[in-house]
Amino acid sequence: MDSDNKLEFILVWLTFLVTSLAIYMVFIYAPTERVMGDVQRLFYFHVATAWIAFAAFFVVFIASIVYLKNQSSLANILGLASAEIGVLFTTMVLITGPLWARPIWNAWWTWDPRLTTTLILWFIYIAYILIRISAEESEKRGRLAAVFGIVGFINVPIVFMSIRWWRSIHPQVVSGGSFDLDPRMLHALLTSVAAFTLIYLYLLQKRFKVELLQEKLKDIKETLRKQKHI
Amino acid sequence: MDFLKKVKVLAGKDLKLEFRTKEMLSSMLVFSFIVIVVFGFVFDPVGQDLDELFPGIIWVAFIFSGILCLNRSFIAEKENNSLQGLLLCPGDSSIIYFGKLIANLVLMLIMEVISLPLFIVLFDYSLAGSLLQLAAVLFLGSLGFISIGTFLAALTANTKSSEILLPVILFPIIVPVIIGAVEATGVVLTAGDSAELRAWLKLLVVYDLIFIVVPFMLFEFLLEV
Repeated sequence: MDSDNKLEFILVWLTFLVTSLAIYMVFIYAPTERVMGDVQRLFYFHVATAWIAFAAFFVVFIASIVYLKNQSSLANILGLASAEIGVLFTTMVLITGPLWARPIWNAWWTWDPRLTTTLILWFIYIAYILIRISAEESEKRGRLAAVFGIVGFINVPIVFMSIRWWRSIHPQVVSGGSFDLDPRMLHALLTSVAAFTLIYLYLLQKRFKVELLQEKLKDIKETLRKQKHI
Repeated sequence: MDFLKKVKVLAGKDLKLEFRTKEMLSSMLVFSFIVIVVFGFVFDPVGQDLDELFPGIIWVAFIFSGILCLNRSFIAEKENNSLQGLLLCPGDSSIIYFGKLIANLVLMLIMEVISLPLFIVLFDYSLAGSLLQLAAVLFLGSLGFISIGTFLAALTANTKSSEILLPVILFPIIVPVIIGAVEATGVVLTAGDSAELRAWLKLLVVYDLIFIVVPFMLFEFLLEV
């Protein structure tokens, strides 16, 4: 087993163990919320995926800057992989949110700044992936996507501010109220965040490998085509 | 000074081309007109409803027809490889960005100035606020939309499916402009609270500044061949 595979082996098992622990913590260890009941348990997955999604998009932003600076292909792949996983996690956030909101707020959706910004964020990073798909050459693809990765990320706080002003003028449907967490709930949340971070890292390295293999395949094809011509 | 002169030449070239055919301007006008008529059918707005819907309706019409103009602005340069020619011109590549920005902005503003009175007549809308404030809101909103729109049009011009891609990537980015412009227009049209208007204008100014500076810094990466 070479060092690369060993690392993956450790990561897989660590992810498996921590995720299992998180499931135990969320469903058995954490107490049932007094008012909301069992639906509240969605919160551990919801918050954890949201944090990882935002972190993933921050990684896209950094990778974009690095790529524009020195054209490193690692930064290019990192941006792509992280954006894809970010979209996946944001989708999970957008699905778990309404599932929780329906019994608690009595509405699937409200136009609250945080909700709406998450939705816009999802659109922005889908656009990022679309740019990747539709540019022709791989070098150009990376460059255009990196430019959009920077613009999109800068835009997110402005979107949030503008929606907050917009909502503060219109009637407030739901206020963001805070609640005190039971320490056991906090433990469950933190374990869940750790689990999703590991899942993120695992998917990231898998995506990296796929992309590198694809590049290798392209090189081989190129060489074969040249040999045919000679 | 040299920079400004070159920008002026480039913008002048685009505008001269446009005014010879008036191809773009006429389709933009007709399109915004059609969008408004469609809104007239689907909402049938009168009285109280109209006050709430009117700012949104006009901005959706402006932005939809603005997309037409943005879509053409770089694609047109790809015919005969003229973009290559522009890039070969001495000077910074951001000159091209500012030239295109000004040309697009002028077209957009002309379209707005012609179609707005038409909308007011069509909906029998009574203007309460000051025209000067309205002009400021229209200008700042259009500037924000056109500055990032021109930039993203240059980006999509490099891709296979540019005309489809541009609206998809542009709309999420211009959410703050749409909110700011619609709300500010609403305040102006109903002669509302001036502190509220100032807040929305501030949002538009900040957005405009950010999305002129960021494209200015990143534009060279888009046109590298």
